[in-house]
Amino acid sequence: MSDVLNPPVANEANSSVPLKPLGKVMAVTSGKGGVGKTFVSANLAAALAKLGHRVLVLDADLGLANLDVVLNLYPKITLHDVFTGKAKLEEAIIRAPGGFSVLLAGSGMVEYSRLTPEVRDDFLRIMSGLVPHYDVVLLDTGAGISDVVLFAVSLASEVLVVATPEPTSLTDAYATIKVLVGQQKRQTIRMVINQTARIGDGRAITVQLQQVLDRFVTTEPGRPIKLIHMGDIPADPAVRQAIMRRQLLMQTTPSCAAAMAISQLALKLEESVISRNR
Amino acid sequence: MVVELPSKEEFPCEYLQGVINGLCELSLKDPLTGLGNRRHFRAVQERTIDGVARSGDPALLLMLDIDHFKKVNDTYGHQAGDRVLQTVANSIATCVRPMDTVARYGGEEFAVVLPNCHTSFGSTVAERIRAAIEALTIPITPSLTIKVTISVGGAYAPEWIRSTGALWTERADVQLYRAKSEGRNRVCLDHQQEIYVSAEEKNLLFGHLSLGDPAWIESVSSDLPATTASSAMQRVN
Repeated sequence: MSDVLNPPVANEANSSVPLKPLGKVMAVTSGKGGVGKTFVSANLAAALAKLGHRVLVLDADLGLANLDVVLNLYPKITLHDVFTGKAKLEEAIIRAPGGFSVLLAGSGMVEYSRLTPEVRDDFLRIMSGLVPHYDVVLLDTGAGISDVVLFAVSLASEVLVVATPEPTSLTDAYATIKVLVGQQKRQTIRMVINQTARIGDGRAITVQLQQVLDRFVTTEPGRPIKLIHMGDIPADPAVRQAIMRRQLLMQTTPSCAAAMAISQLALKLEESVISRNR
Repeated sequence: MVVELPSKEEFPCEYLQGVINGLCELSLKDPLTGLGNRRHFRAVQERTIDGVARSGDPALLLMLDIDHFKKVNDTYGHQAGDRVLQTVANSIATCVRPMDTVARYGGEEFAVVLPNCHTSFGSTVAERIRAAIEALTIPITPSLTIKVTISVGGAYAPEWIRSTGALWTERADVQLYRAKSEGRNRVCLDHQQEIYVSAEEKNLLFGHLSLGDPAWIESVSSDLPATTASSAMQRVN
């Protein structure tokens, strides 16, 4: 708790980051909207839960949250009620179909889409209350590079950037990474490439991004940026079907190519992130 | 502050307007330096944020603090301190454009809001102010002159985003502390808002789209030939 609420220290290297990132918290972000952040968050959570981890997905897209739509869950009590003091934190946490927990933002959160000191404090308070109870907390952030998104990412120890092979998505992912490196002094960014057409696409894209970063983004000596390719999720018609049915892909077609890829991603994250933080 | 007012009896409207103008001045100006006060600064900052959110034009906030000002007061007295504040205030105001707002933020701290200030010019203007203050020789008595330096921290308002004045100020303040802790008499700017992706970067990111080279393009095109063809044409030069 106390290290969460540390005040900013001016001469620290990451002086723009208000806080120390929390262990085992992973932010899922992308820059561009519509590349599958929420889809990846929800299904990755289900895959991690299947591996036996206690997982919570927090809808950190305060302004335009749609985790509820993806999961087809409409709870009476949401994060909004916790923020306004109408409900306790534990009342707002609900069980999602995939065996993980979710904390949904609720539609009343539009008023929180601006990052005020109050929103920040509320968010911090909630995060520090949650983290001890889970093995992994996934923050499903909003699109864009707004204050709220950057703040949510600053709370996480790990960043997973979701991109698709489209130029617009690559540009926005690149811009996001640039900001995270510049502002939060991030060194390690994990990449997952969604909707890939062929094996090897995601790795090629990650290498490409890395090359452009190396050339255009200057970092402090000895602190190079490292993009880690965590996996690809192949374009798969089953994904669309699951989304339209508003069910988890991991439940509708657990053996389809995309679901298998997400299971692989979960395994890789377990190996590189979760076990290391234990 | 003395305000010349028209005769109350002859020109009641003008008189009233004069009173209102005088009160506005009083409520928005710092009496010692003649700069805007903190209230004025807040109002300008909010308006600038609205502009940035609407137009996306970059805006810079500088927070400036005279180095070791307490020593001036302790050594030469508060009158000398006031003289230093006035001279520094004046000097800052002459370093910026008429459209910029210089305000006394508190004690020996000043704030400058620079709307429509391109990110590549931020350090130039901040450095200009720093150098101007360093070059000042402030006469206190015929036999005594004082030299001071200033530390400058700056941050850009997040473009296209309706941020808050408090957060913006905080980011500039963090940079000011950094300037102080790195030895004072220097400029530190927050570069977080340089998220602009240049044409050259874009070209490298997916320039090979137009060459049709890497594996992933071809197979995407088998799905959606028209879209890929057009995106291949989006090569930025």
